[in-house]
Amino acid sequence: MNERSGMILTSRLAVAVLAALLIAGCEMPTGKDTEQLGYRGTGMEAVINTRSEAELRAANQVPAPQPPVEPAGPLASELYENVEVLGDLTLTEFNRLMNAMTEWVSPEEGCNYCHVPGNFADENIYTKIVSRRMLEMTKTINEQWPTHVGETGVTCYTCHQGEPVPEYLWFEERGGPRQAGGMAASRRGQNLASPNVGSSSLPSDPFTPFLLGDEEIRSIPTTMLPEGSNPRNIMDTEWTYGLMMHFSESLGVNCTFCHNTRSFMSWDGSPPQRTTAWHGIRMVRELNVDYLDPLQPVYPDEQLGPHGDAPKAHCGTCHQGVNKPLYGVSMLADYPELDKVRRVARATISPAAEPAVASAQVEDQVEDE
Amino acid sequence: MSMLSFERKYRVRGGTLVGGDLFDFWVGPFYVGFFGVLTLFFTFIGTGLIVYGAALGPTWNIWQINIAPPDLSYGLGMAPLTEGGLWQLITICAIGAFVSWALRQAEIARKLGMGYHIPVAFGFAIFAYISLVVIRPMLLGAWGHGFPYGILSHLDWVSNVGYQYLHFHYNPAHMIAVSFFFATVFALSLHGSLILSATNPKAGERVKTPEYEDTFFRDTIGYSIGTLGIHRLGLFLALNAGFWSAVCIILSGPFWTRGWPEWWNWWLDLPIWS
Repeated sequence: MNERSGMILTSRLAVAVLAALLIAGCEMPTGKDTEQLGYRGTGMEAVINTRSEAELRAANQVPAPQPPVEPAGPLASELYENVEVLGDLTLTEFNRLMNAMTEWVSPEEGCNYCHVPGNFADENIYTKIVSRRMLEMTKTINEQWPTHVGETGVTCYTCHQGEPVPEYLWFEERGGPRQAGGMAASRRGQNLASPNVGSSSLPSDPFTPFLLGDEEIRSIPTTMLPEGSNPRNIMDTEWTYGLMMHFSESLGVNCTFCHNTRSFMSWDGSPPQRTTAWHGIRMVRELNVDYLDPLQPVYPDEQLGPHGDAPKAHCGTCHQGVNKPLYGVSMLADYPELDKVRRVARATISPAAEPAVASAQVEDQVEDE
Repeated sequence: MSMLSFERKYRVRGGTLVGGDLFDFWVGPFYVGFFGVLTLFFTFIGTGLIVYGAALGPTWNIWQINIAPPDLSYGLGMAPLTEGGLWQLITICAIGAFVSWALRQAEIARKLGMGYHIPVAFGFAIFAYISLVVIRPMLLGAWGHGFPYGILSHLDWVSNVGYQYLHFHYNPAHMIAVSFFFATVFALSLHGSLILSATNPKAGERVKTPEYEDTFFRDTIGYSIGTLGIHRLGLFLALNAGFWSAVCIILSGPFWTRGWPEWWNWWLDLPIWS
C-alpha cells in the first residue's frame, strides 16, 4: 500500500516538474495581437507579443531633425581641404550634415571620432576614411535601390542609431572551432545555437555564401523529377534555411511574411514583401562587395572579425528587429544634403597617405584549418 | 439483419444518460439512443453544409474543396455564411457529432456494465480537435485561427502555422507528441507481430498461449509487460500522442510568439553555465 502511494506521488511529482519546465520557458497568454497576412484560413498570420513590441518600438524612434538651413555660403570644396564627397554642399549644408552625423554616429565621442583634433583636413584617421565611404554607400542605396528602400531611404542613423559601430554586423565564421577528430572534427558551421539563425542548429554563417558570395539560394528543383538540373542537396538547403532564419529574426517576422509555405519557391502565392526581400538580398550583396569588404585594410585590428575580415552588413544591420527600419519613418526627406554626396571613382579606398592607425595585414588567421 | 443466438442477452434496456426509454432501441446491429439520433442530426447538417460550401466554391475537385474560417477581423463574432460563417456552423456540427458519438459510446458501456475507457479515449481525440478550432482561437481572440476544412487546404494551414514559429520541430510539446506517436506504432507493431506469431504455429500444432508470448519477451529483453499490461501501455501511449499534440498547438501563439528554437534559450541561460 505504501509502495503504491509512493509511486503515485512520484509520478505526480514527475508530471508537475515536466509541466513546470514546459510553462516556465513560455509567455503569458495575455497581451497578444494577431495580424492576418494571407487569405483567411491559410495560416499566414503573425502573432505579436504586445509587450515586446512596445519595447521594440520605443527602441526604434527617429531623433528630431536638425534645424533646416538655407543653402548659403561658398561650397565646401572651396573652403576646406580633402573634401572628396561633400564638395557640392554649401557651407551651411556642410555644417548641418556634420552636426547630424555627429548626433547619429558619435554623440559621445564628438567630432574627434572621425577628425584629428585641430586639423579636420587630416586624413590619418581611419574613421574618416570609413565614414567617407559610408556616405557614398548611403547615396548608392538611396539612388540605386528604390526597389528595396522605396521612398523612405536610409541615413546614417538607420544603422548606427547613436552607436559608432552599428549594433548588428557580421563576420566570417568558417565552420566554428575544431574539436574531436576524424569526421567529428568540424561542426561544419552548425549546432552553435547562434542568434544569427534564431538559436537553431542551422549553419550559423549563411552570410558568407549568400550575402557576400552569390551562391544559389533556391533549393526547390524546377523539374518534377531529379534530372540533374538542381545541384543543391539537403545539406545545402540547411544553409538556405539558416539565411531565412536570419531574415525572420532581423525583421521580427515569421516565414509567412514573405512565403505561402505550401510552396516556398512559387512567386504567385507569395506576399509582395518577398519581392522587396529579393531586391534586398542583391542590395546587401552589392554593399558588402563594393563598400564594406574592401574597407578591410583600413580598419585597425580590433574592428576586424576573428578571421581578419571587415565588419559587414546583413538584414539586421538596418532592420534591427523591425520589418520596416525605424517603423517606416523616413529621415531622408529632412536631409537633402545626403542627396548631394558625390561618389568618387577611385582605384583604392585608402587616400594617398596611408592612415596612421590602419590595420596591419592579418597573417595568422589560418590556424583553424 | 440476423442476430447471433447469444447476442440478445446483451441487449438490455436502460443505462441511458438522457431521454429514458425514448430512443432505447436497436436498428439492425446498431444501438440508436438519444445520442445516436443527435450524431446523425449533426452529421447530416454538417455534411450538407460542407457540400453547400463546395457548391459555392470554385471547384468540385475533392482535393481542392476548401471551406475556410472567417477573417481575423471578425474576432470571436459570427461571420456571414460565405465569409467563414459556414465554417463556424460546420464546426458546431462537428463538435456536436463527435461529442454525441462519445456519449453514445458511454451509454453502450453503461448498458454492458463496462468501464468508460472507450469514450474517455475518444474524448482525447475530440479534445485535440477542439484545441485547434475552439481553445486556441479563443485564446488568440478570433475564430479565423482555426484550420480550414479541405484536404489540401488544411495541410497548407499546418505548414504555414508551423512556419509562423520558424521551426516547429523545436516545439517541446511537439517533440513529446511525435515521440508518443512513434512509440505507439512501435508498441502496436510489437504487439501485433507477437499475437500473430503465437496464433499461427506450424501446421498441426496448437495455438500458443500467453505464457509463450510472455516467455518470448522475457527471453528477448528480460521482461514482458503481460496481456493486460500491453493494452494499458498502448492506451497510455496513444492518448499521450493526441494530448501532447493538442498541447503543442495551444502553446504556439497564446504562450509563445517567437521562433520555437529560441524557446530553448532557457537551457543556455541556466545559471549553471551562463
